[in-house]
Amino acid sequence: MGAGSYMATAKLDTPMPQAKPGKPLMRASRRLVVGVVTLVAVGFLWWFLTRFGYISPMRLPTPGETYDAFLQIAFEGYGNATLLTHVLHSTKLVLIGFGVAVLLGVPLGLAMGASTSVEAFINPAFLFLRPIPPLAWIPLSIVWLGLGDASKIMVIFIGAFVPSVINSYTGARSLSQPLVEAAAMLGIGRLRFVLEVLIPGALPMIFTGLRLSLQAAWTTLVAGELIGAAFGLGYVLNQAAQDINIAMIVVAMIAVAIMGALMTAVLGLLEHHFMPWSKRK
Amino acid sequence: MLQSRRTLSPTRHAMLSLGGAVTFFGIWYLAAYAQLAPPQFLPVPHEVLEKLVALMNTPFSGYTLQEHLLASLERFGMGFGLAVIIGIPLGLMMGWFRVLDEIISPLFNGLRFVPPIAWVPFAALWFGTGIGGPVLVIFTGAFPPCLINAYRGARYVDTNLIEAARTLGLSNTRIIAQVLFRAAMPSIVAGLRVSAGLAWMSLIGAELIVASSGIGYLLVKGQSALDASIVMAGMFAIGVVGVLIDIALRVFAKLLAAPSAA
Repeated sequence: MGAGSYMATAKLDTPMPQAKPGKPLMRASRRLVVGVVTLVAVGFLWWFLTRFGYISPMRLPTPGETYDAFLQIAFEGYGNATLLTHVLHSTKLVLIGFGVAVLLGVPLGLAMGASTSVEAFINPAFLFLRPIPPLAWIPLSIVWLGLGDASKIMVIFIGAFVPSVINSYTGARSLSQPLVEAAAMLGIGRLRFVLEVLIPGALPMIFTGLRLSLQAAWTTLVAGELIGAAFGLGYVLNQAAQDINIAMIVVAMIAVAIMGALMTAVLGLLEHHFMPWSKRK
Repeated sequence: MLQSRRTLSPTRHAMLSLGGAVTFFGIWYLAAYAQLAPPQFLPVPHEVLEKLVALMNTPFSGYTLQEHLLASLERFGMGFGLAVIIGIPLGLMMGWFRVLDEIISPLFNGLRFVPPIAWVPFAALWFGTGIGGPVLVIFTGAFPPCLINAYRGARYVDTNLIEAARTLGLSNTRIIAQVLFRAAMPSIVAGLRVSAGLAWMSLIGAELIVASSGIGYLLVKGQSALDASIVMAGMFAIGVVGVLIDIALRVFAKLLAAPSAA
């Protein structure tokens, strides 16, 4: 089973080596200064271009308008609810879909990795379904389950399921053979093998899978809500697009980005908790 | 031993795979014939195939299946091409010039968390819903892997190569084009495959929301007609084209790798 694109993305998050040796502290602070200066410069450019009409207000809001739009959605509400309600609703759907996908996907992946029979049996269905991108399930989910929460959860589940399975599978395959043989020689039982050898050995790849699953869950949720929903950040985006409220579009995009970053950060903390030996920050 | 991974005999492997396929389609047929859902919502597999053939011969919502796919592939090609043309040189330059890296990284890391699909309203407002808007969405999906993998490849280049190039007095441009680009090629090619997958998925998303042609549009039309067989036939076509794109890139990677191996 080719691990394909879901695997390769995992590599993007591994830490970078220092290219040239130097004083690390100097390099870090220089990086910080240049970064801050860049962000300030971009902010100024944004203000300058929009404030003096170089970019039409129909296309890009001024920073002030964006802030006002933020205040509006945060306190008065926009699109049926306040920002907090939208965020909580989106988060709830993501967690349900992601949770179910992980609970089913990780054991399935581990079983496929540990047993060639299971792999041979499951692979045909998997090969048939895997090339279909999660977003392509959205119309079918709407036909089946309507525009409510159930169709969103179904699509999030599909999006999050595949990376969970693939990476757990790879994790189980990557167990070192001497370790497996040593465990077998010591007469370990099936359950203890799973709990004490298979899962800890596969854990780094399982977490890689969880990270990719969560990203996929978040993307599919936004897409699902964009296409039809009554709440959620994707719905805010859609509503703002219908109202041609460009400032609100920008606010919703920023909110989506912050939520995505937050979820990744929480998962990083969990990873560090369960695998204190991992070097990833 | 129960723990060690046994290699199955080819016959047994084939039997199990066949069994898996039969079970999968068996459950599908069973669910459909047991009327778990109205036939309109849950067609049987061979009805989906028939619909696929029908869609290829008679136009649905304006175009035949091939014409929809062609419209999609045109957008895909433009968005993906743009991401490659901008992302790879920029990634290599970021790997070479530290200032550029320090300027672009914070911006890039901020934007990276916006899923491509969230760009749809913005893209539609700036570039319309015909070609420009979807192309921007595809671009935002395809760009990060191109940039990151070129950057990463450039940073991992053997320092001996760079020192040799410097000793020979190569200019920055030539080092980037002739040393970094070639040395980063494996990483870049891996990035291209990820990038194409994300581009194809973003395209479908963009077409679901804004477009009046393309395979994603066909799905939406099938959805509003409440005809699951059209939707499933479209999904099947999307999967097949996605696999074909990936195969094409793998062949391309092999062709690139061939001369250096000789």
